[in-house]
Amino acid sequence: MFLINCPYCGERDQSEFSAGGEAHIVRPKQPTELSDDQWAEFLFMRKNIKGVQLERWNHAHGCRKWFNMVRNTSDDKIHAVYKMGEKPPIK
Amino acid sequence: MSKNLRITNSKFIDQTSRISFKFDGKTLYGFKGDTLASALLANDIHLVGRSFKYHRPRGIMTCGSEEPNAIVQLGNDSSMTEPNTRATEIELYEGLEASSQNCWPSVNFDIGAINNFFSPFIPAAFYYKTFMWPASFWEKYEYFIRKSAGLGKSPTKPDKDIYDHKYLHCDVLIIGGGISGIIAAKTAAQNNLNTVLLDDKNNLGGTTLFQNNECFKINNTYSSEWLKKEIESLNSFKNLTIKTRTTLAAYHSYNYLLARENLTDHLSLIEKKDKIRQRLWKIRAKKVIIATGAMERPLIFNNNDRPGVILSSSIKKYIDYYGVKCGQKISLFTNNDTTYETAISLNKSGVTINSVIDIRDKSNSSIVKEAEKLGIKVHWKHTVVNTNGYKRISSIELMKLSDDGAGVVGNKSKEECDCLGISGGWTPRVHLFTQSGGKLKFRDKDNIFLPDKSESEQISIGSCNGDFELDDIIKNSNKSIKEFLNLNSSDYENLEINCSKETDKKNIWLLPSNKPLGKTKPFLDFQNDSTAKDVKLALREGFKSIEHVKRYTTTGMGTDQGKLSNMHALGIIAETAGVKMGELGTTTFRPPYTPLTFGTIVGRNVGEFFDITRRTPIHDWHVEKKAEFENVGQWKRAWYYPINNESMHEAVQREAKAARDSAGILDASTLGKIDIQGSDASEFLNRVYTNAWSKLEIGKCRYGLMLNEDGMVYDDGVTTRLDENHYIMTTTTGGASNVLSKLEDYLQTEWPELDVYLTSVTDNYATVSICGPNSKKILSRVIPDLDLSDKEFSHMSFKNALIDNIKCRVMRISFTGEHSYEINIQSSYGKSLWEKCFEAGKEFNITPYGTETMHLLRAEKGFIITGQDTDGTITPVDLQMDWIISKKKYDFIGKRSLYRSDTIREDRKQLVGLVTDDPKEVLEEGAQIVSEANKKPIEMVGHVTSSYFSPNLNKSIALAVLKNGKKLKGQKMFVPMKNKTINVTITDTVFLDKENKRLNA
Amino acid sequence: MKNKYSIFSLIKNAFSHHENWQRVWRDPEPKKEYDAIIIGGGGHGLATAYYLAKKHNLTNIAVVEKGWIGGGNTGRNTTIIRSNYLWDASAGLYDHALKIWEGLSQELNYNVMFSQRGVMNLAHNLQDVRDLKRRTHANRLNNIDAVWLNTEEVKKFCPIINTSPDIRYPVLGGTLQRRAGTARHDAVAWGYARGADGMGVDIIQNCEVKGIKRNGDSVEGVETTKGFIKTKKIGVVAAGHSSVIANMVDIKLPLESKPLQALVSEPVKPIIDTVVMSNAVHAYVSQSDKGELVIGAGTDAYVSYTQRGSHDVVEGTLKAILELYPIFSRMKMLRQWGGIVDICPDASPIISKTHIKGLYFNCGWGTGGFKATPGSGDLFAHTIANDEPHKLNADFNINRFISGDLVDEHGAAAVAH
Repeated sequence: MFLINCPYCGERDQSEFSAGGEAHIVRPKQPTELSDDQWAEFLFMRKNIKGVQLERWNHAHGCRKWFNMVRNTSDDKIHAVYKMGEKPPIK
Repeated sequence: MSKNLRITNSKFIDQTSRISFKFDGKTLYGFKGDTLASALLANDIHLVGRSFKYHRPRGIMTCGSEEPNAIVQLGNDSSMTEPNTRATEIELYEGLEASSQNCWPSVNFDIGAINNFFSPFIPAAFYYKTFMWPASFWEKYEYFIRKSAGLGKSPTKPDKDIYDHKYLHCDVLIIGGGISGIIAAKTAAQNNLNTVLLDDKNNLGGTTLFQNNECFKINNTYSSEWLKKEIESLNSFKNLTIKTRTTLAAYHSYNYLLARENLTDHLSLIEKKDKIRQRLWKIRAKKVIIATGAMERPLIFNNNDRPGVILSSSIKKYIDYYGVKCGQKISLFTNNDTTYETAISLNKSGVTINSVIDIRDKSNSSIVKEAEKLGIKVHWKHTVVNTNGYKRISSIELMKLSDDGAGVVGNKSKEECDCLGISGGWTPRVHLFTQSGGKLKFRDKDNIFLPDKSESEQISIGSCNGDFELDDIIKNSNKSIKEFLNLNSSDYENLEINCSKETDKKNIWLLPSNKPLGKTKPFLDFQNDSTAKDVKLALREGFKSIEHVKRYTTTGMGTDQGKLSNMHALGIIAETAGVKMGELGTTTFRPPYTPLTFGTIVGRNVGEFFDITRRTPIHDWHVEKKAEFENVGQWKRAWYYPINNESMHEAVQREAKAARDSAGILDASTLGKIDIQGSDASEFLNRVYTNAWSKLEIGKCRYGLMLNEDGMVYDDGVTTRLDENHYIMTTTTGGASNVLSKLEDYLQTEWPELDVYLTSVTDNYATVSICGPNSKKILSRVIPDLDLSDKEFSHMSFKNALIDNIKCRVMRISFTGEHSYEINIQSSYGKSLWEKCFEAGKEFNITPYGTETMHLLRAEKGFIITGQDTDGTITPVDLQMDWIISKKKYDFIGKRSLYRSDTIREDRKQLVGLVTDDPKEVLEEGAQIVSEANKKPIEMVGHVTSSYFSPNLNKSIALAVLKNGKKLKGQKMFVPMKNKTINVTITDTVFLDKENKRLNA
Repeated sequence: MKNKYSIFSLIKNAFSHHENWQRVWRDPEPKKEYDAIIIGGGGHGLATAYYLAKKHNLTNIAVVEKGWIGGGNTGRNTTIIRSNYLWDASAGLYDHALKIWEGLSQELNYNVMFSQRGVMNLAHNLQDVRDLKRRTHANRLNNIDAVWLNTEEVKKFCPIINTSPDIRYPVLGGTLQRRAGTARHDAVAWGYARGADGMGVDIIQNCEVKGIKRNGDSVEGVETTKGFIKTKKIGVVAAGHSSVIANMVDIKLPLESKPLQALVSEPVKPIIDTVVMSNAVHAYVSQSDKGELVIGAGTDAYVSYTQRGSHDVVEGTLKAILELYPIFSRMKMLRQWGGIVDICPDASPIISKTHIKGLYFNCGWGTGGFKATPGSGDLFAHTIANDEPHKLNADFNINRFISGDLVDEHGAAAVAH
């Protein structure tokens, strides 16, 4: 059970949050220009990294804000959290 | 009892309060303070169970949670009985009833013991090698295997006890109230830290509490006396919480821990009543200090499993703490000094000690000298090669060890005894440390695994950290605690500590015998009956990894999870394979530390608290009218309203007819409602719905279809433009919270530039829907001031109105195809509005209808229900709703996916109508559709999604998704059922009022 | 060849105190080159090697495993086997596997304890009923033996279920597949290993793949902790770690690896004689031959390779168990663990070639791969040997995520795997 430092509310129990998968997969601005392959890349393909990953979390039972997290998926250690739109802090 | 095994000077047992209990039907007596195990031993009962596989007689072997043998069924009430409880942990209470397990007809005479004679033929994992012929017989073999497996019996009636959860946050959590835990607790508390100390026993102190030995002194008093004063001094700290009878069950990452507090298990049957049985503490600690101590190891030799063979330190606890003699002629067998403490304690209590058999060549420590001074005989460099006795040990056979320890030499001698204490050294309890993700290191000197690297804010102190001697424990604990808590000094700096130091060490994992290994039974895992032979067999067969050996032999898989057996299994593997133990690694210690009751894990979240129940403001009215309810998500929705014993079918037919003939009323409060405001609200809707919104006039409503990014239909509903920058969106009942989350996600992450605010208002409004040709008349009575003319208030438009001076929103929208209104009012007025409408409609036979009739009415009109007519594989094109996909918009959620090679296929499954050749035949929802009758195998081309008997059309109608359905209108298809095939014709999806005349009727 | 196992061999060996049993598999050092290398020594990987050797005469092959064989999801799952899937493609795949299960102990001469005690899926709301009936109809037409049971029939088949209409989500019926059941997970890995080893397959444990060597669009071999091994064909069956291998060759897969937890109770005498699964209240339970209640929990929503999940998931599962079986409240959790499951967006697996010649992936089994082990191995072996999928796994290609032709088993058959 992680202890997550919501950038808006502070440290809260994991049960207040929901995970939203890999971060920084930007929705294409012009989807119609994309091939099926490229669209599938956005839609389904994931790095699924074992190691330090940037990912989205939502404080669903709190402020309901989305934010990003730097977390190592091989030991679940959270290195940093940062707001949507911000650049990831150095890993 | 004939023998008096109880000594009278124990301070921990209240010999003035006698407790009666039953074991295997026989009434016995013990005292307050006893465990079931100590009380049984005091009654000279050692034989308490039979082993898992060979049904060998087994006795109490330990005094704690590592007990492998004394596993009993507690209670015999079918709802309150508890299987597999450890007699060594059950505190005795008045009325306790316990019985032996895994034996029939009784623990004394057990038919299953025949397995012991077959044991040569059933080595480890024999079952993988046999029971394969004939193939069909496995079920029959398995029946008997299952019957003989298992230990106790599950309750067969629901538990009457209640369980509870609580959260706990602290600066420092200390696990274990032995000497090092107490030092930690006092130090932390003295420094104003919010401190919690847990111990699984009913009092603090651990084993030092009864260490009354000249060889162990602190500041010139017995270590026990010193510790008692320390414990007393803890009472003065307000910032220290002490919880006894509380076992730390699981240590998760981020210092999240679960502890089980036993609240009533030790109370008499009467006292237990109506109290919370156990509480699960969910603990988040800034820092954790593990002080869980160590477990004594057994020794592995031939027939080391007989009743009466007990760990040496347990014998000490039974005599010094419980005042119980485990036997009257006791032999001790050891490889270390601690056994001499037991010997001295026994000697002081007047128990005859035959001898101490010590595999070491010598020991020069003060404790050994003290024992020898008392006249205790020691057989140095000897080993026990066999034990005798069936239901109780009667004698041991010993021989001298060869110089290399690999064999025995000389003559065998025999020693009669009724109890054998064994000690193979000590294993730190590192379970919690490894659960938290910590890595272990191996110490060769005494063959132990120790905490090494840790992921969390934690330390291990005391014997769980490999400090076994009193001076080391105090000095090293003190040092670690100071460092960990950033302190400069503590109370424990300059103590004068005297203790015996062990200098001579020797360890042999599998002790040699005068017989070949194949003819001996050296047990490793006492509960699961796995022997050293089994481990060697596994290695011979190529199972090298410790995990393979464990699984192949089932070593360590019992209810004790290998607390006693794991180290020896590892040792024997390392020895046999010629690998260093440190390189071999350990098996994973998985939570919980000791078995944890399901009820405790679940707490109060059972029965009515299993899940919240959402009820509409009008719910009570439906209940009064005896409606049947349907669960839709967490909501209770009125399903239908039977009158005078109507069947569901009859009620629905009546409701559906009334709604079309005159007027119906529906509670639509459960539909999700999202308030959308902001200058970009229209643009936002453009992006989330497939159709266009910018041009929707204020005061108008529009139906919208929402897709997933993969192009599949996700949700639908009507959205109303209340103002230039203000909309109210409705969603499906089940989809409401997911839709809101999805919209918030897009808004915050993909389109943060949009000025839009979303608020869920589902619970703020009650929604009453009136439909039917008389709905207008009824509404005009409810809101007389409102102009309901088609010109002023046309279909798909909205008005603000006042009812009895209460603001409400009225939408003229329809899910039935009838002239229809939805009135939204503040929830608290919902029921009175409903009653008002009902009153106003009485004259028109206004009929309340439930979800089933709603489904029927909309199906007559071919309106879809997402989740029923769609299943996550259906696009709007598949629904033949091309009209709702804006051609002008550049993009919306899911648009791109509609143009992939598979989604543009013409012959996808598409929504169609079906009518049965026999108009009375109603299709089963979910039934499959094929294009040819009576052919097998045959491709399934679609399935029935919705199906009803329509009272308004007087025939059966259905919606279905069908491959290439768009082009197959008018064609015949077949619905093959189990016993018959139903002929159907493909039709349009709209069955009634294709011209939509009724909307304006 | 291996000595045959039987009651007679047990008796014979008893007289030599079991000193003369053969090794179940050798422990060879890797050769310099193999015709094919299977990455991953779980059930699926070992089965693939077995069928490559048995049916396709490819015996110069190796299975490389970074830990010990069967130590991943094979040894961590709740061993449910069934084939009552909705879509034709899934039904074809899983029933192919089920048919092999039915004769597997005899084929391998290793008792995998396949126990056809039936699997029941419960319905708790009206949409569940529709979905499960739909599945039952589809099963019948696909010759899969699933039937619909009403609430009374559910109760009769498994009397300890609380079928009271007064519980929060009452049981409205269920489906039953009698041919379905459970098997002994470890035995499956060991049995296939023994069979494959007997035909010359090298099973190399403690051998982690660190890289894949390519020459243009073809594979040339694998870099491992035991050195470089040359090969022209690589079958990746690495379950939760599939993406780790894929990332070595810059392939992105539609996978997320998530924690899945399970637990067992202490062993008790027989109390539940079948497997019961419930999606709506999310719980599934069976009882092992040893007497433990085997309970599957759900997945966490985040990616993790730690083999640990969150306690909330376990609590939620047991909550559901007690809702359906209030008699289990005093039973105790003995052991709890986690695995890493690789999940596809459509909850169906990938058994497919890739755009790199000689590189094949068998992954995405999510929470339900164990049941498919023999079928998956057989079809993957076919795909590797022929460089073409078998018709039964043709639909489970990687390209479906591009075309949109998914095999959507979670949207449709709302049933826990």
